[in-house]
Amino acid sequence: MSGDFTQRAPGALNDPTLRRNFRRAMDGLMTKRAAQFQDTAAWNALRARGAAVKARVVSKLPELLEQLEANCTANGITVHWAESTAEANAIVLEILQAAGAKKVIKGKSMVSEEMELNHYLGDHGIKAVESDLGEYIIQLAGEAPSHIVMPCIHKNKSEIAALFAEHIDGLGYTEDVDTLTAAARKALRNEFATADAGISGVNFAVAETGTLVLVENEGNGRLSTTLPPLHIALMGIEKLAETLEDIPPLLSLLPRSATGQAITTYVNMISSPRKPGEKDGPEQVHLVLLDSGRSRVYADEQLRDTLRCIRCGACMNHCPVYSRVGGHTYKFVYPGPIGKILTPQLEGLDCAGDQPHASTLCNACVEVCPVKIPIADLLVRLRGESVHSSDSPAVKGAGSRHNWREALVWRGWKFMYSHPLAYAAGAKVLSRLGNAIPDSAPMIREWTSVRNRPKFAGKTLHELVREEGYDHE
Amino acid sequence: MTAHQSSGKPDTVYFFGTCIIDLFYPRAGLAGMELLKRHGLRVVFPPGQSCCGQPARNSGYLDEARAVALQQIDSFPQDWPIVVPSGSCAGMMKTHYPDLFEGRPEHAKAVAFSQRVHELTDFLVTVLQVKLEDKGEPVKVTWHGSCHSMREMGVVDQPKELLRQLSNVTLIENPREKECCGFGGTFAVRQPEISAAMVGDKVAALEETGASEVLSGDCGCLMNITGAMDKAKKPMGGRHIAEFLLERCK
Ligand code: SF4
Repeated sequence: MSGDFTQRAPGALNDPTLRRNFRRAMDGLMTKRAAQFQDTAAWNALRARGAAVKARVVSKLPELLEQLEANCTANGITVHWAESTAEANAIVLEILQAAGAKKVIKGKSMVSEEMELNHYLGDHGIKAVESDLGEYIIQLAGEAPSHIVMPCIHKNKSEIAALFAEHIDGLGYTEDVDTLTAAARKALRNEFATADAGISGVNFAVAETGTLVLVENEGNGRLSTTLPPLHIALMGIEKLAETLEDIPPLLSLLPRSATGQAITTYVNMISSPRKPGEKDGPEQVHLVLLDSGRSRVYADEQLRDTLRCIRCGACMNHCPVYSRVGGHTYKFVYPGPIGKILTPQLEGLDCAGDQPHASTLCNACVEVCPVKIPIADLLVRLRGESVHSSDSPAVKGAGSRHNWREALVWRGWKFMYSHPLAYAAGAKVLSRLGNAIPDSAPMIREWTSVRNRPKFAGKTLHELVREEGYDHE
Repeated sequence: MTAHQSSGKPDTVYFFGTCIIDLFYPRAGLAGMELLKRHGLRVVFPPGQSCCGQPARNSGYLDEARAVALQQIDSFPQDWPIVVPSGSCAGMMKTHYPDLFEGRPEHAKAVAFSQRVHELTDFLVTVLQVKLEDKGEPVKVTWHGSCHSMREMGVVDQPKELLRQLSNVTLIENPREKECCGFGGTFAVRQPEISAAMVGDKVAALEETGASEVLSGDCGCLMNITGAMDKAKKPMGGRHIAEFLLERCK
């Protein structure tokens, strides 16, 4: 898949299976979420709390990160700072090599996707096995996640059955879900037992106590973080909470928004490595804090709202664009509305400036975001940044999509629509002669691919109002 | 919800026609004005008006959007409510004008202006509390709420309330009402394939209702939806709710 978002979209749109898989899955997720938030007043109150918690955390991010480091260190967790994904990879590799690890078992982590960690470790002779069922499936398929919460949501049962038949010895083709899950479970049990290290993500790190909160449904997160002798947790620097009291509203919002569950099957709270006398748990716990452009996001008062995100995926589940094209069309790690605002900020508008335009600004995401990120306003801000350069740009690659022809059109537009006489003259001409513009003209060509074009009415409302004798002052 | 709810019914209102209505659907604009007039209001149409500025704002050309927004603000000098036959343009003026002028000398003026903005159906229901009398034949219709009217203006049930007042009109709601039709202003031409998929699904959902006509309070969506229906030679039609209401009550 190459080109920009617009060029990649038809591939997904013309794949009926993919369209159906996404449509069905997103419909299901929307229904489940709605069932959790039927009481509007309760939803509004909970969401206000969630948004306030994350807004506060983001507003004092540097200070809270220092607090987190101090408290984690006091708990025996080794904290590492990574400026870039390359640095994060090197840190992880060094820890693993020092421990002589050859195989790691992984819980779900989008930060590890940002780092392309599996690939990097593979290049250095370390095998990484995904243990989240969805991640396991796409690892077998050699694909990237298409959704941040449900990485293999683009696949249906028969596609998964075929994949398992091909990769799991002795299984054969079956669409029986229990048999399929049992087969994955059996294959993974062995990997858990023989892994030298576990790698996980973090949903919330509590600065006040140095606790890492990890939610999951399969128990694979707990196994990955407790069974192997070494645990490495990866997190973006924004995944913070200030106090333990901040956790309940977030814990209530996250699964409800994500999968329509009141709570996940497992809620792990990791506060230290195994202590003397304890019977289980890893001997070493490391926390890698990844920046990778987030500090720059933090530096802008408006854009920093992006960092409130708790990665619930509700915005993509409700996005009419995402549900048509699926996650892979975005080409970056984070698809859907959150990706459209986050990716251009992390990667730069020069390479991801197409993302903010993949939206009708319908606000469906804004309506469901549990931490009230004004996604549509941020999309507009990024669209503006992409066409306007400045000496100290807030976003990398600002101005890279500037196009003098487009700028000129807007200047002309501004003149016409802010000068009543120019507008009256222009509208008069258009309403009489506009229908003669050929269908092949730019914009009309795209419009008429599936629609008839509207007819200019002959007389404008301005003119008719006068004729009808309305006060015209 | 609205500024004038408590202070009762105004005598005079401004009408903001919107640029799409001005050029393509002036009958919808006239119908909106006529509905207001029939309920005893003096309706004033300032000649200096043109466009709310949303196309430029949504494309990230904020200076251009501001210049056009200011032209509108200055064209509506009296303290009368401003009624807009489009949830999307009303949303721009009500929710985005204040942001657009944040930290600028015109901010107070923009805020004051925004507080006077009302979407047409909401104004009819909430402020005028109209009671409509149906004089038409039995008909089945469905409703398309625009994203911005629902999510920026909070206009979800008001238009349906008006339709339910009409004794011979059966409103059949479609289960995908909250889903965007794929218009999105320049989105329709910037992302033509995705927009086509979206409007295709929208037309299918509307057709499934069995209604003969789709009504909406936003001509942008209508231009997209009926344009797609016509191109595919569907028997279903669509128009602005103001035209429909006026026809039923005549
Ligand atoms: S932007 Fe909001 S809705 Fe989307 S993933 Fe983040 S928290 Fe969830």
